Amino acid sequence: MRGQEARDQAERKAAMATLAQSSGDDIVRLWNEASLPSQAELLRGPETGLVTLRGRIGGGGAPFNVGEATVTRATVRLPSGQVGHCYALGRDKQKAKLAAIADALWQDPARRAEVETSLIAPLRSALTTAQEKRRAETAATKVDFFTMVRGED
Amino acid sequence: MYVAVKGGEAAIANAHSLLADRRRGDRSVPALRLDQIVEQLALGVDRVMSEGSLYDRELAALAIVQARGDMIEAIFLVRAYRTTLPRFGYSKPIDTGTMRVERRVSATYKDLPGGQLLGPTFDYTHRLLDPELAASADVAEPLQREAEAQAMPRVSAILAREGLIEPDGEMPQDHVPGDITREPLEFPMARDIRLQALSRGDEGFLLALGYSTQRGYARNHPFVGEIRIGEVELELDVPELPFAAPLGTVRVTECQMVNQFKGSAKAPPQFTRGYGLVFGQSERKAMAMALCDRALRASELGEDIVAAAQDEEFVISHSDNVQATGFVEHLKLPHYVDFQAELDLVRRMRAEYEARENPAKAEEKREAAE
Repeated sequence: MRGQEARDQAERKAAMATLAQSSGDDIVRLWNEASLPSQAELLRGPETGLVTLRGRIGGGGAPFNVGEATVTRATVRLPSGQVGHCYALGRDKQKAKLAAIADALWQDPARRAEVETSLIAPLRSALTTAQEKRRAETAATKVDFFTMVRGED
Repeated sequence: MYVAVKGGEAAIANAHSLLADRRRGDRSVPALRLDQIVEQLALGVDRVMSEGSLYDRELAALAIVQARGDMIEAIFLVRAYRTTLPRFGYSKPIDTGTMRVERRVSATYKDLPGGQLLGPTFDYTHRLLDPELAASADVAEPLQREAEAQAMPRVSAILAREGLIEPDGEMPQDHVPGDITREPLEFPMARDIRLQALSRGDEGFLLALGYSTQRGYARNHPFVGEIRIGEVELELDVPELPFAAPLGTVRVTECQMVNQFKGSAKAPPQFTRGYGLVFGQSERKAMAMALCDRALRASELGEDIVAAAQDEEFVISHSDNVQATGFVEHLKLPHYVDFQAELDLVRRMRAEYEARENPAKAEEKREAAE
């Protein structure tokens, strides 16, 4: 049970990360295509605030404050009782609200598969494609060193 | 005599509507959209985010267009906006070792795991103006190459294996990171607070100070151990979730400067380090920050303080361009009463001076006046 709980948490976090990284437009489009229910009671927000971003001295040393970032959060409750949350960089309130509903739906065992296949999977695949493209473009700028033959002997 | 005066309301209102007109410019030229600024003036946007100390591309773009491209004014606008928002908390420290790297170079190791990735750099360009850009020519898609699945450890970790370099900067176990947005500056300050101030500091000021250390004012033999630019994931611990909330990714630039150090009473000969971490793609700023960070560690490392770049109070008190511009630019606001007082004072001093230097002439003047 312990292991199952940990796996569930990891999957829920991964779904939330995908939603946070995706654009509001993509989420709205897929939401409408899949006709996901958007009925929910707003318990908090959506509201925009600041999160202070921390780095580490030397990359791995003691933490220090770098600067702030805008973050929008929302908390919703579904008619079926599940409470969902969203925290995402930026100021997109519509996105925060839908992502919180998605998190709540994800927690409903009857809904999880639908949310994963119709929303999370396509978003994740689009993000992966974009990241792979960037990686390949960066890889093309890798320096290949070669040694000049001096011809002394 | 002091006479209270009012006025200028109409002039101020009209000046602001004139500003709005001039900001927009010729109406037959299409207005800039924010996404155009975000996409095509990306490094300017990054500078406003870094010195405005607020990671939000659209807001930085809005600030740039509102400020007519005046970067310090744009930074000021962003700083002012920040104060209107509530604070949700402090993120977990980002891990630059897991960065999705878009550029990574080292000037100390040619063959390092992950290799030298030039990325979208101005380096090795010929700095020739390109007239084709003015004609909006199409730009080809960049080439792609299969990326190797190789980890990219920070260069500092490679050097650490030899034991010739100091570790990443540690603070005492119970140290809580200081926050200059919450507490006033106090000198001397801990390195973490200094780094926060440097990260939002003025690029030009830090660049000049970094340059001064290279020219011999607090020389500290720097090498770029590594510069890396890319996206890192951001997480926030919140009470309502059993795990850290994932917030999305931010692009940052990190610079690890490595400095030869001949040793002192406090520390043995080794490589010491300066660190730079800045929002966005801001390589020059990250390098300048790392040079200043190292110079400001003089007393920690037992070095003599002989130059401006080593003087913590001087550097940190003057690195914030919003504070600097506020104090310099306030000089143009009405100082009529102050000046009247000074005018009286200087007149009196001048009269006394003349009476002392040339009594006859002063007497003549006094009589003529009467």
